[in-house]
Amino acid sequence: MSETTYSRTVTIVNSPGLHLRPAKLFVEMASQYQSRIELIKDDMRIDGKSILSILTLGAAQGTRVSLEGTGLDSHAAINALAALIESGFPEEHESGSST
Amino acid sequence: MKFSDFVKSETIIPDLTASDKRGVIRELVMSLVEHGRIRAEETEGIFAAIMNREELGSTGIGRGVAVPHTKHPSVDQLIGTVGISSNGIDFQSLDREKVQLVFLLISPPDRPGDHLRALENISRQLHDETFCKFLKQAKTAADIRQILEEADNNQYVS
Repeated sequence: MSETTYSRTVTIVNSPGLHLRPAKLFVEMASQYQSRIELIKDDMRIDGKSILSILTLGAAQGTRVSLEGTGLDSHAAINALAALIESGFPEEHESGSST
Repeated sequence: MKFSDFVKSETIIPDLTASDKRGVIRELVMSLVEHGRIRAEETEGIFAAIMNREELGSTGIGRGVAVPHTKHPSVDQLIGTVGISSNGIDFQSLDREKVQLVFLLISPPDRPGDHLRALENISRQLHDETFCKFLKQAKTAADIRQILEEADNNQYVS
């Protein structure tokens, strides 16, 4: 396996957009992969492993963002992260113990 | 969205006295009550809602910053304030750093976009190390107000 760049474009589907909780879930998942993960929206390209950076996108419902991974596991990482966004970040209740 | 859209300077607390998350959140909520930004009878409901949100996962976003928040039907526009703890508070942040800057936000349930734009503004400014450092070093509400005004005028980021 070689170090590759893989990208996918997805649409934010959850109604509140990429607010804090989704950003945190995204970072937690992205951090499980070795690849560098970036999010691209318009002319912004940010670190997908930083909550603060993701929040700067202000990505509301309906926004298109590109996910780009570079590294040995970029394919798996981007597919998992795209699925997370497309799932709408299953809402609330559980998963509070992630800190 | 600018800080001046949701932070009234008289509500800012430059020297939080509480040493834990719960106490700090209460101090900030009480400041909003004292200055008429939220109604006194809503105090307990709002405080409980913010604490419930914290239980779902800490709002510590790293770099010594936390943004405790809730939606609440008693407000018809986004209400926020800022507090600084020089000693730092354990907020169970993802990066495990103690929190010195606390931005508290209460938003109307039917306007999720405002909350998102406030988070966008706060995070965009905090991304700038100078802004972050100046805020953490601020000693008075006037200092903080000035730094927020400068941020609103895009003096830290463009």
